[in-house]
Amino acid sequence: MNKFDQVAANERVRYFGNVLIGDSSNGGGSDAENGHVGKLSLSAIREAYDGVVLAYGASRDRLLGIPGENGTASGRIGILSARLFVAWYNGMPEAQNLEPDLTSFDKVVIIGHGNVALDCARVLLTSPDALATTDITERALNALRASKIRHVEMAGRRGPLQVSFTTKELREMTKIDGLRILCDRGLITTECQSPAGKAYLDTSRPLKRMMDLLLKHSISEEGAEQQGAGAAKTFTLSFLRSPTEVLFDQQWGSYSSVPQLVRFRINRLEGAPASAKAVPTDSTVDIPCAMALRSIGYASIPLEGAPFDKRRNIIPNIAGRVVGEDGHVMPGLYVSGWVKRGPIGVIATTMQDAYRTADAVLMDVDNGYIAGDSGRASSRENIDRMLASEGVAGARVTNDDWKRLEAFEIAAGEPMGKPREKVTDVPKMLEIIRT
Amino acid sequence: MGALARRVRLPSRHQAAVFSTSPPGSKQVTVTFIEPDGNEVRATGEEGTNLMELAHENDVDLEGACEGACACSTCHVILEDEVFDGLPEPTDEENDMLDLAFGLTDTSRLGCQVLLTPEMEGMRIKLPSATRNFYVDGAKPAHH
Repeated sequence: MNKFDQVAANERVRYFGNVLIGDSSNGGGSDAENGHVGKLSLSAIREAYDGVVLAYGASRDRLLGIPGENGTASGRIGILSARLFVAWYNGMPEAQNLEPDLTSFDKVVIIGHGNVALDCARVLLTSPDALATTDITERALNALRASKIRHVEMAGRRGPLQVSFTTKELREMTKIDGLRILCDRGLITTECQSPAGKAYLDTSRPLKRMMDLLLKHSISEEGAEQQGAGAAKTFTLSFLRSPTEVLFDQQWGSYSSVPQLVRFRINRLEGAPASAKAVPTDSTVDIPCAMALRSIGYASIPLEGAPFDKRRNIIPNIAGRVVGEDGHVMPGLYVSGWVKRGPIGVIATTMQDAYRTADAVLMDVDNGYIAGDSGRASSRENIDRMLASEGVAGARVTNDDWKRLEAFEIAAGEPMGKPREKVTDVPKMLEIIRT
Repeated sequence: MGALARRVRLPSRHQAAVFSTSPPGSKQVTVTFIEPDGNEVRATGEEGTNLMELAHENDVDLEGACEGACACSTCHVILEDEVFDGLPEPTDEENDMLDLAFGLTDTSRLGCQVLLTPEMEGMRIKLPSATRNFYVDGAKPAHH
């Protein structure tokens, strides 16, 4: 039994799946319209519970805002959300209609230097046979088996010392069989050996180890040319590139027409490594591709009934206690994770954050700020009555329901040697649960 | 997806897990976990058990979000100097994750990567304590 199962099995924990909080723009969309999903307002929940913690993350991705980003009427995709691509191969219902173009050219461009960008690159460059024993969906696996993508270029606006991805994810790229990793090694060396760069690396063991890893496993573009292009797959990590537009069906080099060209402005760096800014130069470079993905950051969306800081895209709070528009703490309302701090940090960061919010809740209980004898009986009976009156009781998926779906998925994966084959359609999930 | 969007990697890769099988006649080893609030928990496990499993079997408040796959750093533990020095070096993969651990020390390891040995009898294992700043920027929350 893993830690998550352990928590869910605690009799004081109840799981409510398939219930949408707030309006349908918060992720439910068409399922809600089809009537499969229960709906609750935050105010109804706050009536029924002494304390409510909002931990719904950052579901919106930032756009580049450049011409061509949204594709063409004739079906060119333009620039696709990297997260939607991840959702597609991971079996998220809302992404299953995506038809990523993996065949019209042999290259994909990814914009952004974070871990989600690296995840996409890794899946595109890993042999489908190696993916076949993971729980990637059969649909995605089949598309990747038919893929003609051999080259992925991952471009970011700043330099090697400003990347956001972490060492583990980069190391996984170095372990892909037969993959060549290309980058501007001269730039990395210059950046690392400048006095400011050296001083900066002295303060960051992770970054130092990552630069060493990159230098150890990469070759320069010139080096690659000397080795001959051959049949090798390549992963190019390019720095100082900001996309300015997407062009379609253009002549490029010896090709009479390539599906998409992403035009990049070349930047130079200004300022100290910790806060270096990308300053545009007059030069540009065009990169041809079948598909371009963007992963340049994420943002939380507002929830009806909770305040929202539109500038920082978080719910305003003091150490996890939500602060209302009048500047006062809203009793019994808390936040945790990315919606509390913004979309930065890995699981360990988020875990520490959750501890702090939990401490705040416990402290408020101890001090009698919430869950005291306020006359509001936050009992299971009252909660169930509220759920029934809001029409949620019938739609609700319990932890036992999920376990039934999980057992189905595990059984479906077994003949294929996979840990599970995910059900990717909500009505189908409910059918399995209810029968 | 939230911060755990970071889980959006290829799922179910338990490649680095070290759930070892114990050799016949293996010894029982007793250690003490020290939780962030100072609470001490004595735990006995068979030689070869990893510290994360041992903690979980004994209801010690140590997380293990990736289930021992060396893909997160939530099972971060702090060892005693002499125990740390006696262990084999962490792998590159473990160091990658330790880089991201909260409150890293010179004797930090991931619990899922450290196996019990008879030499660890009586060892004390600290769980890192978060810096708990309830009130940031000197602002005090106004209640009611």
